[in-house]
Amino acid sequence: MNADDRPAAGAPSDRSPGAAPSGPSVATHRAPGAGSPLPTTEWPLWEVFVRAKAGLDHKHCGSLHAADPAMAIQLARDVYTRRQEGTSLWVVRSDQIVASDPAEKAAYFDPMDDKVYRHPTFYTLPAALDHM
Amino acid sequence: MQGSIVIRREPAVHYLLRLGDTCLVMAQRLAEWCGHAPVLEEDIALANMALDLVGQARAVLTRAGELEGDGHDEDQLAFLRDERDYLNLTLVELPRGDFAMTVMRNLIVGTFLKWLWQRLQQSSDSELAGIAAKAVKEARYHQQHAADWVVRLADGTPESTRRAQAALDTVWPYVAEMFDSDAVDAQASLSGLGPRWAELRGPWRDEVLPLLLHAGLQVPAERAFRSTGKTGRHSEHLGHLLAEMQCLQRSFPGGVW
Repeated sequence: MNADDRPAAGAPSDRSPGAAPSGPSVATHRAPGAGSPLPTTEWPLWEVFVRAKAGLDHKHCGSLHAADPAMAIQLARDVYTRRQEGTSLWVVRSDQIVASDPAEKAAYFDPMDDKVYRHPTFYTLPAALDHM
Repeated sequence: MQGSIVIRREPAVHYLLRLGDTCLVMAQRLAEWCGHAPVLEEDIALANMALDLVGQARAVLTRAGELEGDGHDEDQLAFLRDERDYLNLTLVELPRGDFAMTVMRNLIVGTFLKWLWQRLQQSSDSELAGIAAKAVKEARYHQQHAADWVVRLADGTPESTRRAQAALDTVWPYVAEMFDSDAVDAQASLSGLGPRWAELRGPWRDEVLPLLLHAGLQVPAERAFRSTGKTGRHSEHLGHLLAEMQCLQRSFPGGVW
């Protein structure tokens, strides 16, 4: 799922365990805390990041609802690491993530389409470096 | 219908069945939450724990069957024993009640199992020691999960506090049975198979009582009542649980899928 077709902040994101990695489910261009949705009885949403093994980075794997950080970590363990996926967990409140605005996608990212000179593909590498 | 098997009344076998059956019946009660827990994440957490307990029960029942020496495997022990041959603590067979009841029982029994597995790592039976080394890690998490929830509920809204206290009042009379000692215990202690369960009372109290007080709950007074599940005399609830759990294997003997 792309950030474009995400529901607005506060709405539940894709929570199915093992779902394909997806972007953080947050409103776009919204400063933390600013203009947050009306208070509900629902627990806040947290984004979960799992590190598969030492040396790799934490990868976003989904989200869940929890009342506080301790519960979020505990539930992340139960929901996202039950098939030996992880050795370390991060959770972060979804409303603390600032995301780029999908409406600005063209202005933000399209200009890079024709900047081939930013890719290091114009060098002739010595034969000894054939694994670059 | 497949007939029941009868278990040899040997202390070592009894000792293991008490543990294995407690895990199995508790797993069955936890599994009842599948699809019914208050939130999706907790649904998965409870099912995870039920499966951990089933895994522990399988290993312990298998070992009990080996020690018994009559060729009974884990499935026969689980599905073909009558209520009187089940030796679980009465506490784990009580209906699951509300969520407060479930997490309170998880705390009471989970803390006990954690300390029992801890001690069983030094069992003279290397097979059991191996099972314990694996199970103790799962038990530590179960205990922590339950402890967290008990504090949250007890220290939450007036309604959750009321339910947490009601849950504690319900389970408390069944606590004493965990630490009653008898000949089965004495023999296990003598042979080095495992500790007398009474020896676990100290560490259990030191962990559970401060937590209950911290949570603001009133610890009920001791009563003369004693439940007797681990000698095979159960509450009225176990028969129904077993009927449901064993129905398929009894109706289609040896059925696999």
